[in-house]
Amino acid sequence: MSQLSARRRSVNAIMLTLTGVCTVVAVGLLFFILGYLLVEGGSSLNLDFFTKLPVAVGETGGGMANALLGSAKVLILATLIGVPIGFLAGIFLAEWATPGLAAAIRFVTDLLNGVPSIVIGIFAYTLIVLRTKQFSTWAGGVALGIMMIPIALRSTEEFLRAVPNSMREGAMALGATKSRTIFSVVVPAAIRGLISGMMLNLARVAGETAPLLFTALNNQFWSPGWNQPTATLPVQIFTFAISPYNDLHRQAWAAGFMLLFLVLLINITARSIVSRGGLKAR
Amino acid sequence: MASASTSVPEARVPSSPRASVSTRLFSGDGITLAVVFLAAATIIAITLLLVIELWINSAASREKFGFAFLATSVWDPANGEFGALPFIFGTVVTSALSLIIAVPFGLGAAIFLAELAPPKVSDTMTFLIELLAAVPSVIFGLIGIFVLLPALNTVVPFLKNHLGSMGLFSGPFYGPSILTAGVVLSVMIAPYIISVSREVLLAVPRDLREAALALGATRWETTWQVVVPYARTGIFGSVFLALARALGETMAVTMVIGNSPRIVASLLAPGYSIASVIANEFSEATGNLYTSALIELALVLFALTIVLNGAARLLISATTKRRKK
Repeated sequence: MSQLSARRRSVNAIMLTLTGVCTVVAVGLLFFILGYLLVEGGSSLNLDFFTKLPVAVGETGGGMANALLGSAKVLILATLIGVPIGFLAGIFLAEWATPGLAAAIRFVTDLLNGVPSIVIGIFAYTLIVLRTKQFSTWAGGVALGIMMIPIALRSTEEFLRAVPNSMREGAMALGATKSRTIFSVVVPAAIRGLISGMMLNLARVAGETAPLLFTALNNQFWSPGWNQPTATLPVQIFTFAISPYNDLHRQAWAAGFMLLFLVLLINITARSIVSRGGLKAR
Repeated sequence: MASASTSVPEARVPSSPRASVSTRLFSGDGITLAVVFLAAATIIAITLLLVIELWINSAASREKFGFAFLATSVWDPANGEFGALPFIFGTVVTSALSLIIAVPFGLGAAIFLAELAPPKVSDTMTFLIELLAAVPSVIFGLIGIFVLLPALNTVVPFLKNHLGSMGLFSGPFYGPSILTAGVVLSVMIAPYIISVSREVLLAVPRDLREAALALGATRWETTWQVVVPYARTGIFGSVFLALARALGETMAVTMVIGNSPRIVASLLAPGYSIASVIANEFSEATGNLYTSALIELALVLFALTIVLNGAARLLISATTKRRKK
């Protein structure tokens, strides 16, 4: 009896310790990645990185100014395409749709959300690049914009639903129409959540590489306007990392550090906006 | 603004939840409703269009190869022969390998976070693990190339000496391989398994734990024989979700898998996955057949992930709904 008990006790202790080890390893990996990029990337980062174009292979120096601007342009386009569609559709789902219709739209949205990013890239290619016969900033923006829609919809719906019904009833009792109620009462009440949802959404697509490979393609130089191929930060990291040159590897680390820093910063900011009490309604 | 047209009898209509969409379209909030409805319809249209575009643009390959496309293993763009098998093989094997590593590991961490850690610690740790999920995949690729590959080069000789006879760890090892891709993938999908499984475990009613403990079970026995079986369905859901991620993951895999379209029964050999062949060859593909073969690969990948995602959602909602009863 006491022997069995000792065995059970040690199994208990060993397994519980192991679960703790798993957790520590998972968190440790994050800090390892952060630390590694900080050391490798931070040391490669300099003013040239932000102001200069990439140089020809073999030369040293150069920067990623065009990729930084290209990424910003693609992300602005993506936001302008993805966020309005997702936001408005989210309003429809939260405020108007009958449960059956809402479930159907939600189902389709989840399907779209599960589509691998490389497939979205192919889709944007057939949709824009094949028709305009040109790789462009525009095509890259459409690819990422499509990826933003599902999350914009789901977060809008979720945060609007969290607004108590009494607020809607109060506004309508005062004679406001439904649209007035939504835009003057419900949306402002959920605004923190909405903003943080959009930020998380942006952070997610900011690191996407695969959908840009054959939409925005890449560019050694500046990309004027919206109708030409453009360099972007993630694609540049990929291209440089698989190249055989040490100098380009250093650039890749610097760009990786920048990208990770931005993505995590947006993530942390977005989460702190919500946790500071914008969602007491829930 | 639509508000100007409101009158008392009309105001009654939109507040009724049962009024049909068409009734409301003409009741003062018409413009808003039309706009938001259009946005929702756009999403459905985009999804349909995606399927249609993939279908149409893969026509040349579908007509030429039929179902044999999925079962032949020759990938020879120069001679116009395209078989998807090496890529399906690579995708399935790397994903399976990543699950073998990430499931026990992720479930362990989820158990710790849901059952043992004090709420504050658990929330902080979960926050950090969710940040790990936010790391872009190209960064995982970067770490994979420059940190994991050298590290594996020191571990693999040991594996070969001790497990080489099994065949899985045989043959030469150059670095980029199925094994490397599987390891990188496992790190990328573990956060999903951890955070979803934790939610599911937290949804298990407290009485079950208390009853088991009161019967004299240890903490571990309670968790493993009572809590985990109860949450089984949801945990499977989290695994399916992670698997769908792994199948579609492109950049990190492309950077470390070795890009060789051959089927070799060793984890140390370089391979190729569906997503990575598209990433590598699509922008350089010449000729209609080549392009459409790659688009058909995208169609295959799309179908695979749709099925897995659907199954995952069914399983997860089956467990989390039970909590509300």
